[in-house]
Amino acid sequence: MSQAFTGTLALTWVAISRDRIQLPVWILAVAAFMVAVVSIWNGDLSQEELVSVAQFYGVQPAVRMFGLASGATLGAYIMSRGFVVFAVLVAVMSILFVVRHTRQDEDTGRAELIGSASVGRHANLASAFIVVVGANVLLAVLIGLILTFKGLPVASSFAAGAAFAGIGIFFAGLAGLAAQLAGTSRGATGLALAGLGLAFVVAGIGNILGRVDEAGVRVVSAWPAWLSPVGWGQQMRAFEEDHWSLLGLFAFSFLVLAAGAVFLETRRDTGKGLLPERRGPSAASPGLLSPVGLVWRLQRGVFLSWAVGVGLFGIVVGAVSADLEAMLDELEGFDEIFERIGGTDVIVDAAFVTFMGILALVITIYAVQGLLRMRAEESDGPAESVMATAVSRRQWVTSYILNIALGTAALFLIVGLTVGVTAGIVMGDVAAWAADLVVAGLVHIPAAWVVAGAVVLAFGLFPRRTALLAWMVFVIAAVTGPFIGAMLDLPEWIQNISPFIHVPAVPGESVTAAPIVGLLGMAVLLTGAGLLAFRRRDIDVTSV
Amino acid sequence: MTNAVSISGLVKNFGSVRALDGFDMTVLAGEVHGFLGPNGAGKSTTIRVLLGLLRRDAGEIDLLGGDPWRDAVALHRRLAYVPDEVKLWPTLTGGEVIDLMGKLRGGLDPARRAEMLDRFKLDPTKKCGTYSKGNRQKVAIVAAFSSDVELFLLDEPTSGLDPLMVMAFRETVTEARREGRTVVLSSHIFADVEALCDRITIIRQGKTVQAGTLDELRHLTRTLIEVETEKAVEDLDKLPGVHAIQIEGLQASFQVDSDEIDRVLRHLVQFGVKSLHSAPPSLEELFMRHYGDDVSRQEAAEKRGTL
Amino acid sequence: MPTAISIFGLVKNFGSTRALDAFDMTVWDNEVHGFLGPNGAGKSTTIRVLLGLLRRDAGEIDLLGGDPWRDAVALHRRLAYVPDDVKLWPTLTGGEVIDLMGKLRGGLDPARRAEMLDRFKLDPTKKCGTYSKGNRQKVAIVAAFASDVELFLLDEPTSGLDPLMVMAFRETVTEARREGRTVVLSSHIFADVEALCDRITIIRQGKTVQAGTLDELRHLTRTLIEVETERTVDDLEKLPGVHAVEREGLQTSFQVDSDEIDRVLRHLVQFGVKSLHSAPPSLEELFMRHYGDEVSEQKKPEEA
Repeated sequence: MSQAFTGTLALTWVAISRDRIQLPVWILAVAAFMVAVVSIWNGDLSQEELVSVAQFYGVQPAVRMFGLASGATLGAYIMSRGFVVFAVLVAVMSILFVVRHTRQDEDTGRAELIGSASVGRHANLASAFIVVVGANVLLAVLIGLILTFKGLPVASSFAAGAAFAGIGIFFAGLAGLAAQLAGTSRGATGLALAGLGLAFVVAGIGNILGRVDEAGVRVVSAWPAWLSPVGWGQQMRAFEEDHWSLLGLFAFSFLVLAAGAVFLETRRDTGKGLLPERRGPSAASPGLLSPVGLVWRLQRGVFLSWAVGVGLFGIVVGAVSADLEAMLDELEGFDEIFERIGGTDVIVDAAFVTFMGILALVITIYAVQGLLRMRAEESDGPAESVMATAVSRRQWVTSYILNIALGTAALFLIVGLTVGVTAGIVMGDVAAWAADLVVAGLVHIPAAWVVAGAVVLAFGLFPRRTALLAWMVFVIAAVTGPFIGAMLDLPEWIQNISPFIHVPAVPGESVTAAPIVGLLGMAVLLTGAGLLAFRRRDIDVTSV
Repeated sequence: MTNAVSISGLVKNFGSVRALDGFDMTVLAGEVHGFLGPNGAGKSTTIRVLLGLLRRDAGEIDLLGGDPWRDAVALHRRLAYVPDEVKLWPTLTGGEVIDLMGKLRGGLDPARRAEMLDRFKLDPTKKCGTYSKGNRQKVAIVAAFSSDVELFLLDEPTSGLDPLMVMAFRETVTEARREGRTVVLSSHIFADVEALCDRITIIRQGKTVQAGTLDELRHLTRTLIEVETEKAVEDLDKLPGVHAIQIEGLQASFQVDSDEIDRVLRHLVQFGVKSLHSAPPSLEELFMRHYGDDVSRQEAAEKRGTL
Repeated sequence: MPTAISIFGLVKNFGSTRALDAFDMTVWDNEVHGFLGPNGAGKSTTIRVLLGLLRRDAGEIDLLGGDPWRDAVALHRRLAYVPDDVKLWPTLTGGEVIDLMGKLRGGLDPARRAEMLDRFKLDPTKKCGTYSKGNRQKVAIVAAFASDVELFLLDEPTSGLDPLMVMAFRETVTEARREGRTVVLSSHIFADVEALCDRITIIRQGKTVQAGTLDELRHLTRTLIEVETERTVDDLEKLPGVHAVEREGLQTSFQVDSDEIDRVLRHLVQFGVKSLHSAPPSLEELFMRHYGDEVSEQKKPEEA
């Protein structure tokens, strides 16, 4: 048994050197996000304002899904507002990295090569746990330092970091277990992410069913919250009671999960899962049998999860709109920001313009990612085989452009509809709100298409640099754009670079044709140039 | 006879590297044409130029009467390609990929598809992400040979296939040839090329170094004879046309010019032949003649020791 | 002679599928042992059981004096493995992977590493993500043969290599054998097995169907002779030990029992031999004898 872990240390170094880029990027991105969030929410909130935001999370049962009210302090406010987002980020990081170092290695046969060396049976799993647990601890310390640096109580700051790390470590254990159960790395990731979704929902239900105190600023959760690791993290109540003892619960549950994974690993054969393998159709349905059908089939899963994601976000934004109006009235300073960004003094309209602007950037990520898949298929995928059939290059690229362009448009429609309909339900007059906000969503489509067109051009001209160039274009468009650009007070001519700056600020302003036609023309021009370049160049395959 | 493919003076540069340097090749319609050369000699580049995936820098190409770059789409309806390293979509099943490739190529014969799936013992319900290298290869082969096309471009199609599947593959190619189709077979496996090909082209550093039928290539060469006798063989060196004699006790090995075989055999039987191994030069030997200088002297010695 | 590997009655089930069904194999010390069988016959399963990656359900195995499951870690210091479909870490270079595998195996000879890199013309500074199938294969081969181990388990090592690299590989195996090491070579390429192996084992449906030296396997068999003569060959059928005579004009082909070759040759030279092709049964023919029924439903392809 002792030999079963031989080589763990060596494999840990392999894992670290493999992740010398990705893991630090994840950790720093989460930390940077924390810095950003704390800076934005740090505004000099008066005690009354803190009470009102705490009440926002305390009184409204539906809002409790997304945060646990835990007193009227700045720290508690940050925890109730940001906890779920950071918990999910940390858990996803843990899941992805554990699966990457266990199940994915088996899928690719690397585990077999490693297993033939002088390495124990559990060394790979153990090294994955060491790396990921280490990453979580590091992240906990970083978060603690960030919050302390922002002037929050030291012990509570580190308790907050520890709560996130606890959740991350729990899901590392769960991912290790899922890697034994599922037959593939996709399956293992899916299984562990499903566990995360369940944990989120169960904790939310526990909070919704809980009681709020008389002041309306603190919620005592019902028992379901204690069934979920996300719930445990919230119950640590950093910046209020700092229940450090709950870390024991995380440690114990991680050990149980890890022991379970180790036990299952001795029971199963390398490369095989304990759950049966899923089969698929033996013949293609007619819908698949065209370039467009193929891309849709490949993109379908991604699109549907995006649709659900932005739809849910839209519902949340729409649902809080009424409270937002009330809340913003009380908050000095916020209305100014919204006004500057939204270009209107009608606060709710300005807030919607802001939300739409942020969502437009997020949805543009979908477009960039989707188009980058084209390059992946070319460099290390079956694109060559497709283009060796009676499919022209124009047809092949167009099938991607069509899918992504329409998918992007559909996401904007979904956002507009969900925000509009829920806002209409909350504030009355569904038809008017829905119409307004659908327009507010759709006006962003040409701007997103301009970024997409730039990606196609990069793909046509510089195949080996496509990904880098594509993300550079996106970042420039985002940073110079209306949201960040206005925040940073960038000069107007720099802000004008971003296509998003030219989008009419609906519902505040009315729609004008000129900028929309201009952006559409630009998108067509870029896409056309990219297509032309692609038709003239060699197909570029990475492996030699 | 008409040409399915004729290439003359083909040049292709990648940056400062000249991958094809005045390469020539002629494939007759209805033949199985072997295309030999080590990795990096320009085989895959040639095939990609033929597919219109790469643009040539110079040279003339006639592919089924058209230009591979300009007429790519129309030509691709009439040919099928099996790539070297088959990459598929992990979320689609093998059956879906076969149907898709067939459809994109312009049609697929369902009866033929079923027959090929059966012949290659391929389970079409599995996701491509779970297939082994050999099974991905089979998907590409089944997809290609279920289509009604004139020309097959096969880049290392048998690598990853086991001997039974190699037999199935050879049967499939033989059938295609009987039906009048043309096959270009790039392969490292000399046994496959010897079993299937009418004519071959050997490429080296982007140039054609030899082309013709296997018999033509062998014609000018000598036969290797290894013989074990009851009495030691004498006076072999006095016979005309006998070379490279090595005698170890009762074992003798030597090379003989093809028109002197009879005289040598008459000589040998005086010594009581116990076993005789006589074979014309293998394709491997013909190939190595062009690449001999790439293999160090030490390796050559090694080879003689092991054969 | 001591054995490097002895397997007796090995059984391995995957669910209700019996992958190995009382499989036997003996590999002598310091031999190159060919391991033949189509995919699915149980070759890779056997190798994975030997590597302790799979747990056997029944049977006795002695691997270098130890038990492959219980003593896995200690045994793996003394053997090196080259897998079938080599997948590496896309972000590490070939050189890094070679060093890593050497380290995990318990050491690596730098001079040998340099020599192997040179022999296989492998650029160790490239990221594995950009390597072709053949180059990934080379990384695994270099990593294995740069280690000072007693036993090499090679699963289809030459698939994806071009002929020049196959020559380099054959040289490497021959060297290893001369240094007293043992090699198990699973391969679909009969030419490699014929060139390298002392003894072979053929597996079918998880059982051993034939084992021995190539000469032993050939011994009981007939030699195929194809001859072209100046005059038609007469009376061949009257000679003892001659079978399956086929004539086409001046071309004659027939099989002859190995101990009757001399008499037949004496007969043949009366007719003026213009060309003669005589060869013992190839490994491919020996192999297909055991698998003939699997291809028999289909018509056999025409011989070229």
